[in-house]
Amino acid sequence: MTTPPVASELNLCLCHSCGLACDMTGEPSECERCGEPLHRRKTNALTRTWAYLLASLVFYIPANLLPVMNTKMVGNGADSTIMGGVLDFWQHGAWDIALIIFIASIAVPGIKFVALTLLLVTVQRGSLWAREERSKMYRFVEVIGYWSMLDVIVVALVASLVKFQALADIEPRLGILFFGLVVVFTMLSAMSFDPRLIWDQQHSNNEEVMDEVASH
Amino acid sequence: MATTDQLIICEHCDCVYQKVTLAKHQKTLCTRCGGVLQRYNGLTVQQRLALTVTALMLWVFANFYPVMSISLKGLKNSATLWDSVLALSLGPITFIAMVAAISMIIAPIIQLLLLIWVLSYALASRRSPGFRFCMRWLETLRPWSMLEVCLLGAMVAVIKLAGLLDVLPGIGLFALAILSLMMIRIAGRDVRELWDVL
Repeated sequence: MTTPPVASELNLCLCHSCGLACDMTGEPSECERCGEPLHRRKTNALTRTWAYLLASLVFYIPANLLPVMNTKMVGNGADSTIMGGVLDFWQHGAWDIALIIFIASIAVPGIKFVALTLLLVTVQRGSLWAREERSKMYRFVEVIGYWSMLDVIVVALVASLVKFQALADIEPRLGILFFGLVVVFTMLSAMSFDPRLIWDQQHSNNEEVMDEVASH
Repeated sequence: MATTDQLIICEHCDCVYQKVTLAKHQKTLCTRCGGVLQRYNGLTVQQRLALTVTALMLWVFANFYPVMSISLKGLKNSATLWDSVLALSLGPITFIAMVAAISMIIAPIIQLLLLIWVLSYALASRRSPGFRFCMRWLETLRPWSMLEVCLLGAMVAVIKLAGLLDVLPGIGLFALAILSLMMIRIAGRDVRELWDVL
């Protein structure tokens, strides 16, 4: 299978906003069609991705430990965390809802942490391992990204509805703020990563191999 | 410019290809990384504009009618999307109310208004005033518009509360359901094709 030419070989650059293949002769700083700044690679992709990822990891702890909402039924208040909500549904036999919330709130952020760390580490090591699969994994991370907002929306709706003063009252708690921040920061992290870096290694590594061969 | 017009660069691995014309249900994939390069888009400008106006109507219904109402021992209560944003805005968690407002209400309505503006001019084969600006904002807003998630969240909330009290899904929820599906169709990446035709 012959590989098609790469943009840098043809001195082209993809505009991320309008998708135009821009001619880089004369090093234009912005896309001639839509005016968006042009970068051959996203600026500081690895540093930014790491920074956002670490920030979201830090927020992930209070997001899971602090209560996300408080349910007051006839005077008796009870705080509930995200995992507590999942277990509640599970025990009441609603395993399907428990599964949806578990996937959206706990599994999706977890998968994103693991996947982004894996992508960052392999890119930094210049790995040639499973590049097609890693490309697919990045696209998967992008797709599942925002589904974690589910819990924020559920808490918002439930808290706005159940307002019966002394009889029943549900209020959001601090945990939901951290949870929302986890979602926002993992989304920013995934957006800052540049999947083209996965494929960039090819040339420099081949050269290294060539050097080694030459030295033997 | 004329020479690079017919080229397409894979955004996932930077491979360069020639654009091709696609038939129904066809899409082209990058041979190196497997990412989608082009996808067939069956909507004409006219159809897209019609769907966008419909979606705008649905947005009005989804936002001004209650998403659901509940009753407990004769007491009734109902909430719109905006009420649920307000419920988050109290206390130290205000920031998350802003995120929720952007993802459920503000981003979708701005997307719809920008689309109507751009498409109405496109109908006459003209670029609207501020075309570049509008198209760039459509790109920027897309990842932050989360109506599908909002729909699933509303359904989970219905089921969550159904165990405690009587829940009645409102007009807002049905409007939200159709709106979120329409947004996927009309505000997707293929809006970029306007750059090529205008």
